[in-house]
Amino acid sequence: MQYDAEIIQTRSLSRRFGDTTAVDALTLDIYRGEVFGFLGHNGAGKTTTVRLLNGILGPTAGSCRVLGLDPVSEGSALRRQTGVLTESPSLEERLTAREILFLYGRMYGVDPDRLVARVTVLLGEFGLEDRADEVAGSYSKGMRQRLALARTLIHNPSVLFLDEPTAGLDPVGQRDVHELVVQLSQESGRTIFLCTHDLVEAQKLCHRVAVMQRGQLVAMGTPEGLAQELQQGVHLEITTDACPPNDALVGLPVITDSSDRLSAFSWDESTHTAGVWLSTREAIPSLVAALVTAGIHIYRVTPVEPTLEDVYFAINDRSTGDHAKHPTP
Amino acid sequence: MTMPNTQPRRSQSRKLDWGIVNTIARRDLAMLLRSKGVLLPIIVLPLLLQVAMPAAIGLLTPSMNAAQEMQDLQRFLTMMPEQMKRQFATYNEAQTLVVFMLVYMFAPLFLILPMMTASVIAAGSFAGEKERKTLEPLLYTPATDTELMLGKVLSAWIPAIVVGSVGFLIYSIVVNLASWETMQHVFFPTAMWGVLIVWLAPAAAALGLGTIVLVSSKVSTFQDASQLGSTVVLPVILLVVGQAAGVLYLSPGLVFAIGLVLWAVDAVVFWFAVKTFRRTEIIARL
Ligand SMILES: Nc1ncnc2c1ncn2[C@@H]1O[C@H](COP(=O)(O)OP(=O)(O)OP(=O)(O)O)[C@@H](O)[C@H]1O
Ligand SMILES: [Mg+2]
Repeated sequence: MQYDAEIIQTRSLSRRFGDTTAVDALTLDIYRGEVFGFLGHNGAGKTTTVRLLNGILGPTAGSCRVLGLDPVSEGSALRRQTGVLTESPSLEERLTAREILFLYGRMYGVDPDRLVARVTVLLGEFGLEDRADEVAGSYSKGMRQRLALARTLIHNPSVLFLDEPTAGLDPVGQRDVHELVVQLSQESGRTIFLCTHDLVEAQKLCHRVAVMQRGQLVAMGTPEGLAQELQQGVHLEITTDACPPNDALVGLPVITDSSDRLSAFSWDESTHTAGVWLSTREAIPSLVAALVTAGIHIYRVTPVEPTLEDVYFAINDRSTGDHAKHPTP
Repeated sequence: MTMPNTQPRRSQSRKLDWGIVNTIARRDLAMLLRSKGVLLPIIVLPLLLQVAMPAAIGLLTPSMNAAQEMQDLQRFLTMMPEQMKRQFATYNEAQTLVVFMLVYMFAPLFLILPMMTASVIAAGSFAGEKERKTLEPLLYTPATDTELMLGKVLSAWIPAIVVGSVGFLIYSIVVNLASWETMQHVFFPTAMWGVLIVWLAPAAAALGLGTIVLVSSKVSTFQDASQLGSTVVLPVILLVVGQAAGVLYLSPGLVFAIGLVLWAVDAVVFWFAVKTFRRTEIIARL
């Protein structure tokens, strides 16, 4: 993907609350048209970052720019162009869906002549037209989230912040949101900042991800790049007729533990599948040749792609004492 | 694009957008009108204050044991300021009692109505909304801090004025009807009450409101805000006591002067409120 401009820039952006550092010297650039995943456990600083980037919270150190504007001093102008889906839908429970959309349309300065049409379109797109004149307090969780999303989109923002958009939704609701994110990101270079702790979601939707931990950026890159960077070597699954003898692996760059024993080898009797971890990709042909020479029938050799999940847990395992404070999701 | 500007710049003050203020006020009013918890006290208080109490006083006066109570009243009235005594010169004893109670003693009490209405609504729309966490999406809109505050202030002030005016109308009718037997003519409203309703009551409402706005930046629940906010009725109690002790005589001129003082206090309170109402502070305390 070719990026033409930084839409979000932060430089050593920090925010403290008393003794807690919610965001700690965050530096990143996000480009036009990107779907950027912001990953982290509870309390990692995701929501605080969204607030800082929209100028509804001030940084205690560092700075940021969104769409070239300073959120602190030009917050009002900036917020005309951003849309934020807050962590909880926070709907005006006593107002109807239609009233809420009109209200926010006016707040965001949507042209009054076009607002009626816009509200009708959104109510339709989000499947709310049947109950558009009922108060939001009577809605189900999924409907609330859809209404909150429609509210976020009323002014067609060019930068969209979604704070855990699928949290608490059923699989159908999640899929709908995923499809929506893809569709929204394809419209006119819209940039999407997606906070989540759902790794599968991030991998599916995001061009790049950042992993946050206790306010600090601990990793950043494409989901695939990150996974490869953190994964040691290559993981293969080999389906055979019998457990491969260990001597077939002698001489190959197989990952070993400190006592130089073959640690990276597994055998699953039920599926007749061996798992082998090699330190280089180039060793794959030699391994297959060695197994064939040893008289083993090979039915399938599958490279197992590392997932973002592996990365996430690799990073979390590296940092000690973390799980006490931040339980894994 | 250049590196982020590290120099903190002063907040841009764009021109106040009354359309946005109006939208926020209408949002809060719409939510208010559908909220029984807030509407109920707004309706019950006036009923008690403007109907039940004056009706009881007006209706019970004729049947009172003239000799004893009236003697007490006579003694009491000798302590009153000269201007008030002159007022009562043409009235008989029962009439004096009615006018003293319903015109003079009730005047400061009446102020509680717009004040409490404004406070209760403001506590709901400032602290209550913070508590219910429905404020955050509003903070993410382009509305400036001042616009947000003004919208919310109007959504409490306007109902307070309406409740005050309607309460006054009801009171006028009830007072004249209930006291007809004693007074035999329409004696209410007086010029002093005119000044009270038009000039002093809106200022009192604004004071109740401004106090809540200041207080709710420090507290986070509706309960705390309304409790702290209700301390604004203390000056009203002072007026009641002052009048009962014969220190004060609520002439139109004095009511106007009190109003002037209140408006000045309001100006100071709102100057502070505008300075302290910052979304960045609100969200940090959410
Ligand atoms: N207003 C506040 N006052 C005090 N501490 C706060 C405040 N807001 C956030 N924090 C703290 O800052 C840290 C980061 O919080 P934040 O809400 O940004 O995390 P998050 O990544 O969004 O977590 P979650 O996944 O639970 O939403 C937490 O330790 C939190 O307790
Ligand atoms: Mg969060």
